[in-house]
Amino acid sequence: MALKIVASQCTVCGACEFECPNVAIRMKGDIYVIDPKKCTECEGQFDSPQCAAVCPVPNTCIKA
Amino acid sequence: MAQLISLDSLTAPTTARQMEKSLSEGGCSSSSCGSSSGPADLAPEIWEKVKDHPCYSEEAHHYFARMHVAVAPACNIQCNYCNRKYDCANESRPGVVSEKLTPEQAIRKVVAVANEVPQLSVLGIAGPGDACYDWKKTRATFDSIAKVIPDIKLCLSTNGLALPDHVDEIADMNIDHVTITINMVDPEVGTGIYPWIFHRHRRWTGLDASRILHERQMEGLEMLAARKILVKVNSVMIPGINDEHLIEVNRVVKSKGAFLHNIMPLISDPAHGTHFGLTGQRGPRAMELKALQDRLEDGTKLMRHCRQCRADAVGLLGEDRGQEFTLDQLPAEVSYDPNKRAAYREVVAAERGEHVSHKAAADAALADVGEAPTLLVAIATKGGGRINQHFGHAREFQVYEVSPAGIRFISHRKVDQYCQGGWGEDATLDGVIEMLDGISFVLCAKIGDCPKDSLKAAGIAVSDDYAHEWIEAGIAAWYKAEYGAEIRLSA
Repeated sequence: MALKIVASQCTVCGACEFECPNVAIRMKGDIYVIDPKKCTECEGQFDSPQCAAVCPVPNTCIKA
Repeated sequence: MAQLISLDSLTAPTTARQMEKSLSEGGCSSSSCGSSSGPADLAPEIWEKVKDHPCYSEEAHHYFARMHVAVAPACNIQCNYCNRKYDCANESRPGVVSEKLTPEQAIRKVVAVANEVPQLSVLGIAGPGDACYDWKKTRATFDSIAKVIPDIKLCLSTNGLALPDHVDEIADMNIDHVTITINMVDPEVGTGIYPWIFHRHRRWTGLDASRILHERQMEGLEMLAARKILVKVNSVMIPGINDEHLIEVNRVVKSKGAFLHNIMPLISDPAHGTHFGLTGQRGPRAMELKALQDRLEDGTKLMRHCRQCRADAVGLLGEDRGQEFTLDQLPAEVSYDPNKRAAYREVVAAERGEHVSHKAAADAALADVGEAPTLLVAIATKGGGRINQHFGHAREFQVYEVSPAGIRFISHRKVDQYCQGGWGEDATLDGVIEMLDGISFVLCAKIGDCPKDSLKAAGIAVSDDYAHEWIEAGIAAWYKAEYGAEIRLSA
């Protein structure tokens, strides 16, 4: 259970990084990646996954 | 170096009573146009804050430069005029991707620019996302630069949603100037502009989104005004969506203590990939923008010299030297040398005095013209306050309004350069003529017979008789030749 970032669409704005309650998102080289071991899809934490809610590009933070 | 300015307020008499009046009215009592206010109608402490800020003082924008560092890419709202795949279309000319910087890289860039561009007086963070939302990076950048260059003015631009959370820090950090983009004060209008916002850990859409944004913007504006931080309100004029509504926006932001209101035309092009661009929403024409601004003359001071610059712009308004200072061109180690900036400030102090006397002479010359129409004049200038640009080389014209009451700066208008290496393109000239809509007369340093005839056919007179005159002196001489007695040029 985890989300992933579609690197080709990501604008590298970094909003998801500081919204993630699990510190699961970090820069890897030039792109942001979600650590599937840490990602909880925000279940039990928020109504919806924070990365997807803040991401400016539709369908860029999606189910892995 | 310097470009042209409206110096009305500098020539007006100053009395302690006027200063007190403007202070008690929050600095919004100017009767002169634009942000051209000088000491005459501003409280001394406000004049001290704005006099070297090119965006807050029309007069300063001819002498002082700003730079933006693109350290804040994250944003918490979606605007229909912005496509963040590239950049914020509002703050930067779209289609050109700016180089995002880490705070450390930004410091290096600011110091390198300060060493090369003595006009630099202001460091701003205008995104490309939102400076208040991406706060850690904004704060780290300002904290570091204030240690290296203590006299640089700090300035930030925000959509206002996260602003109330940071006002106390903004005050503590000596950020004197904050720009809030406020496109509506009625959430119903906002639904046509903002598809969603991200707030309190969730995405809001529709009326809820606009209502929350509006409440946060008003809260932030009032908090800043209470702390005597100067607030500029930017509004994007979107025909059919908020153009009429901006009258109400102006009224509300003025009542809540905004110092300056800057109405900017929507930039819309399908190629930018914005919602408005893709749906064919047009931007306003130059004369539509002017008509709206003229209706607001009694409101908060209007800024008319905005160039809608990029989030990584460097230099005087109207020029962008950003490409000279990209990361790969910066030295690995930089150390700040304050001497150039200090020397430049001395020069400006002297220049300002000279400008004031020329402007006063031009206004005095017009005073004895009897009944005469109010006209718009376009000037081709490359700076220095003179009519010194070849018509075909002009990339923008500075527009002045002249009447027997005097001369005042109205706006600039961008055009495609007509002349390239001696050849003029007829198609481009048509575009230039279109952009000169409403202009009666063009003054330039030189113009060929062919474009002169085309302009004449379009009802626009043009002259290079006043080449290299001071702008106000040239306008006054031409106007008087048309409508009054002969006068001697004051330059």
